[in-house]
Amino acid sequence: MSGKTVSLFIQCLVDTMFPETGEAMITVFDRLGIPYEYPIGQTCCGQPAFNSGYQRDAAAAAKHFIELFEEAEVIVCPSGSCVYMVRHHYPELFAGDPSMQSRALAIGAKTFEFTQYLVDELGIIDVGAEFPGSVTYHDSCHLSRGLGIAEQPRTLLKNVRGLELIEMKDSDTCCGFGGTFSVNYPEISVAMADEKIDNILDTKADTVTGCDISCLMNILGRISRRGEDVRVLHIAQVLAGGKGGKVDRGEKA
Amino acid sequence: MTSQYRIDAQKGIDSPRLQASLHGLQDRFGKGAMALWAGMDDKDMRKRVKKSRMKNFEHLDILLAELAQNVRARGGNVYFAKTAQDAIDYTLEVARKNEVKRVVKGKSMLSMEIDIDPALADAGIEVVETDLGEYIIQLAGEKPSHIIAPCIHMNRNQIGELFAEKLGIDYTNDPPALTLAARKALREKLLSADMGLTGCNLACAETGHISLVSNEGNIRMATTMPQVHVALMGMERIVATLEEHRETVQLLTRGAALQKLSTYVSFLGGPSSANDPDGPKEFHLVIIDNGRSKILADPEFREILACIRCGACLNICPVYGRIGGHAYNSPYCGPIGAVITPLLDGINKHADLCKGETLCGACKDICPVQIDLPRMLAALRHKLAYGSDRWNTRQHNPAEAYAFTLWRLLVTRSFLYRPFLKIGRFFQRPFVNKNKMIRKMAGIGSGWTDGRDLPPLAKRTFTELWIEKYSKNRTTQPAVPEEEK
Repeated sequence: MSGKTVSLFIQCLVDTMFPETGEAMITVFDRLGIPYEYPIGQTCCGQPAFNSGYQRDAAAAAKHFIELFEEAEVIVCPSGSCVYMVRHHYPELFAGDPSMQSRALAIGAKTFEFTQYLVDELGIIDVGAEFPGSVTYHDSCHLSRGLGIAEQPRTLLKNVRGLELIEMKDSDTCCGFGGTFSVNYPEISVAMADEKIDNILDTKADTVTGCDISCLMNILGRISRRGEDVRVLHIAQVLAGGKGGKVDRGEKA
Repeated sequence: MTSQYRIDAQKGIDSPRLQASLHGLQDRFGKGAMALWAGMDDKDMRKRVKKSRMKNFEHLDILLAELAQNVRARGGNVYFAKTAQDAIDYTLEVARKNEVKRVVKGKSMLSMEIDIDPALADAGIEVVETDLGEYIIQLAGEKPSHIIAPCIHMNRNQIGELFAEKLGIDYTNDPPALTLAARKALREKLLSADMGLTGCNLACAETGHISLVSNEGNIRMATTMPQVHVALMGMERIVATLEEHRETVQLLTRGAALQKLSTYVSFLGGPSSANDPDGPKEFHLVIIDNGRSKILADPEFREILACIRCGACLNICPVYGRIGGHAYNSPYCGPIGAVITPLLDGINKHADLCKGETLCGACKDICPVQIDLPRMLAALRHKLAYGSDRWNTRQHNPAEAYAFTLWRLLVTRSFLYRPFLKIGRFFQRPFVNKNKMIRKMAGIGSGWTDGRDLPPLAKRTFTELWIEKYSKNRTTQPAVPEEEK
């Protein structure tokens, strides 16, 4: 497959803590013949500052992002909340600056979440992956409520050979991450993660997956502390499974 | 220091009884409301009602004047209270003139917002709640923990014990028996009260009525049996026409209790007359501002006034669902409370309510009038981040502001950001455990590691891997030249 060259927008947490998620995305793109490139100067989209109220600081990060990605044909990110930030909050941040705002809107229009890009933009519903095991899927908030993406990842998962998708109760209830909320209100955050993990365990699936590494980091961190026997994998890692697939991190915690 | 919000949140989390109640509540009413909205034939109704609510705010003064005129024409009294104290003073004066000894209340969150009960008690007046849930709370000497279901934090065994102690009945935990006991006790109060004090769900300008929805019939008695009825109304609770009223009240009862219509909808608008002998001798409508004008004047927050207080957002919020209502330390809890309480009572004072949510957006989805609560939570945090003269708010956390300034410096300059990551990677080494996780951090990081493990910074960032492994034989876009900005 040829077509537009994807500019990889690698979320800061993927870049610094979960690079295997970015590599898994590359594996999937290679298998599908999707061309891609990586703008080197990228850092963080600004979401942590925005959600904490520091809009001026977030706007500085947004400006950096816009300048870096302006020439991209299409931008794809393995994180729903970062895409939501770019699409919905960037234009708000520049409400008083029409020229920056139109640049933000233009960037937003060509920024897609990973599964959304595959299914909605390229019409791919089977990435040719193999993944033996049972998987349950967590709907992250900004992805499902904000961007309306819930079916796309499920479609891709259902077409993975050997994979059994088991729905959990309240899959679209927040996992309790919430950015700085998770460290400022840890008791509430952990209680919410526990609720999520109990629902994951009830499915008896051996893997939990999702499209946002931040939620998965929260779930993984609590699963690891509780000593539960469930793998936590980003959906790109599940979809990378199979020949040439690389599914390393997230070994049973 | 751990804030009161966090301490009370922990208490809620630690209470199995509360957790069981909240699970039941959210599974039934939260999911039920979402299913109702999804299955509604009239898909535009919520949007239409929201639009009419917002449109009415553009000429609220005219609508309120029309309402007042129509109530007065029917012989009712209307008083505009600028502050909570004005509303209390007026009500006390009415009580004094009528030599009121006992007040029966309909469920009114506004009465709690202005905190009128202690003032009535100080004037030697007995105050009795007549909504079953509020009555239980009053007997227990507690505060409501849900806008619609005030005693959701109690179970029937507790209520049985409470009734045995306070009403002198034999212990039972049978809900019908308990309800009957309350009914008997409340009947006596209702029949002998001198004043009914209620809220106002909606007021209709065109007809000059207020309306109250209830399922227990207590509102109807409290507004017709006593000689005097005082209704407390938030100045934003107005619709222009009866047609608007019809649609708005339908969303209210659906959002609150999944009902197409509540058991009772009472329309009240004046004293009894020769043609209409039922009702009080005096009717007083107290239209209360108490900070609402200020909200109305700010385009960023005006939308919150569209709230019809159905409480649906509490029935879905995953934070409320874990911590319960008492942690909010306000008559208004849950997502609506987290926005309206700081606006009415001080943003700095209630900083934890502004910051203590995940912005997951469930509240916006369930809100019958689609209020964007997460947007306003972020806006409140913006006030706390930099301070705001308009809202008389000072910068909440200078250390955090400083940290974000540093963060900004790094994320806008990748030539600083990259070395910074390497330094972090070096210093994290002693903390990384055998299972490749960080188990303990100091300072702010302990917020994470007290209950969770943290994956460490990777040995190679994706950027480094890209340069080493993937960028070869590929036309890579060069990095944007980094200049000092």
